[in-house]
Amino acid sequence: MIEDPYLGKYMTCISARSTDKEILQKAQDGGIATTLMTFALEQGIIDGTIVAVEGDRPWEPKPFVAMSREDILKARGTKYSISPQISWLKEATRSFGLDKVGVTGVCCQMQAVRKAQLYPINMRDVPGKVALTVGLFCMENFPYKSMQTIVEDHANQNLSSVKKMEIGKGKFWVYTERGNVSTLPLKATHKYEQPGCHVCLDYVSNLADISTGSVGSPDGWSTVFIRTKKGNEVWSKAVAAGMFETKPIEDVKPGLELVMKLSKEKIDKNRKTVEERKTFGVNKALRDPYA
Amino acid sequence: MELLNSIKKTMGGESKPPQVATEKKVEATKETKPVANKIKLGHVHMSGCTGCLVSVADNYLGFIKILDDYADLVYSLTLADVRHIPEMDVALVEGSVCIQDHESVEDIKETRKKAKVVVALGSCASYGNITRFCRGGQHNQPQHESFLPIGDLIDVDVYIPGCPPSPELIRNVTVMAYLLLQGNEEQKALAGRYLKPLMDLAKRSTTGCFCDLMNDVINQGLCIGCGTCAASCPVRAITHEFGKPQGQRDLCIKCGSCYGACPRSFFNFDVIPEFEAISEMIAGVLK
Ligand SMILES: Cc1cc2nc3c(=O)[nH]c(=O)nc-3n(C[C@H](O)[C@H](O)[C@H](O)COP(=O)(O)OP(=O)(O)OC[C@H]3O[C@@H](n4cnc5c(N)ncnc54)[C@H](O)[C@@H]3O)c2cc1C
Ligand code: SF4
Ligand code: SF4
Ligand code: SF4
Repeated sequence: MIEDPYLGKYMTCISARSTDKEILQKAQDGGIATTLMTFALEQGIIDGTIVAVEGDRPWEPKPFVAMSREDILKARGTKYSISPQISWLKEATRSFGLDKVGVTGVCCQMQAVRKAQLYPINMRDVPGKVALTVGLFCMENFPYKSMQTIVEDHANQNLSSVKKMEIGKGKFWVYTERGNVSTLPLKATHKYEQPGCHVCLDYVSNLADISTGSVGSPDGWSTVFIRTKKGNEVWSKAVAAGMFETKPIEDVKPGLELVMKLSKEKIDKNRKTVEERKTFGVNKALRDPYA
Repeated sequence: MELLNSIKKTMGGESKPPQVATEKKVEATKETKPVANKIKLGHVHMSGCTGCLVSVADNYLGFIKILDDYADLVYSLTLADVRHIPEMDVALVEGSVCIQDHESVEDIKETRKKAKVVVALGSCASYGNITRFCRGGQHNQPQHESFLPIGDLIDVDVYIPGCPPSPELIRNVTVMAYLLLQGNEEQKALAGRYLKPLMDLAKRSTTGCFCDLMNDVINQGLCIGCGTCAASCPVRAITHEFGKPQGQRDLCIKCGSCYGACPRSFFNFDVIPEFEAISEMIAGVLK
């Protein structure tokens, strides 16, 4: 077990991608999140999972309890806007009748699940019914109107014509269905970030069973951390079943070093923000959830 | 892992603590000699609905295990025939206090006197909850109109918010209280860390409401739109609009759950990242 102040606790880190061609067609990166959940469903490790599908407006994510491969596949691709994944956590064990709940989401949503497991406040049955969590790396998120402004004003694209969005190499990338690519410097997007993200001290979903993101691995591949016993069990089974191609993270570029660098940047910056909140007013502080 | 092993040791995972021999089982329904290191647990019923006690019991065999190995239930009008509030290590108090009911006021004061640790069990005891809406005028005590959470009358050590409170949280607090009072130094430290946020909630406030999310999370620049508050709300008063909580405040029964469950109310990095070891430990001691 490796314990890293910036990358969290993990057993192993690899670069991987799904061997399922259908999943890869629309996956954001290596299709890890989708493949793990479909595999877990087929194996009976979970009987349903919370995913982020497209909501009422173009590229507006909506949390959804998926109980079939088809529905899990609908959630492929990153939507750079807030999807209140955890709002379905208790309901999944109620009207959906699930015994083994899967959860996908970003770092703060993994934190919410673990808090609900250890300190269940009006969360009866949840602690024992969370069966598998797959966490995504996350530098920051955007309210819907922010994302709309970024795509429609800064990138000059119509949201409903967008095929994929991506943050990487210092830029926000927008790909359209008809083949156009627009970029804007990430710097231009900073003011649109969700303010709550500025006190977030987790980049690589430290509290998930398995976490995955794009940074560190080549295009079409994902960087994957196997963290818990449960995560290890599911991952080993999936690899043995031929669900993934893997490479040691040491053999890929840019590799773990870049993940580490970005994580450190995020956490150091946000720690400073947490610190500054203590003297935000005159003899008055803003609240610190970590105190 | 070391932590887990040492806890298992004290709690019977590896070397069992002294226990009443099981051979005596049939006639020994009442323990002749209580297990030496059990703590004394009581359930005090103020103006509550007994749903909190049902939540205690909804730990099923886990509750029986706690009563077998870690705690004696020395007082609970619903379950036992002890008439007056005795000395307790831990008092689980449910319900709020009607200040026009003399006996109730005496009961809560007596509870504080007799208990080492007072736990406000559930949202009525913690925050008033539905009794916040009481205003008298009903037969046959129309003057019984003012109800206060117990923290407005006595000092409360620990909150277990929730309407209903989650059985698992009651179980965790009981196990941790045992470790706090009977464990070795390391276990005491773990229990102290675990209980701290629930003690902080007790210090923070005797009011609970959807508005907590506005005042202390969104207005403070801390909300991340995770949705937890909506999941925890027992009356579905919370939805999310463009990723942020929207409260139907006339539906809200003022239970304080949403704020408690929110990962941006408290998030203690010295406990929650240990979720795997702590969950295993708790499951282990209740086996
Ligand atoms: C807001 C956000 C910021 C991110 N920032 C980074 C970053 O800085 N660096 C990095 O390396 N990776 C980041 N990622 C992760 C990356 O974009 C991919 O989501 C991840 O690599 C998974 O790819 P995949 O091919 O395995 O997923 P797929 O198989 O394509 O599945 C997509 C998964 O993402 C989930 N999802 C989609 N949108 C959301 C959302 N808004 N909220 C919660 N869950 C969602 C779906 O439920 C699904 O499980 C971010 C993701 C999000 C949502
Ligand atoms: S940056 Fe942190 S708080 Fe913001 S969405 Fe990502 S994980 Fe959540
Ligand atoms: S639980 Fe807290 S952080 Fe999450 S959406 Fe509700 S108020 Fe915001
Ligand atoms: S909004 Fe719901 S959870 Fe929050 S205090 Fe009101 S009833 Fe309780």
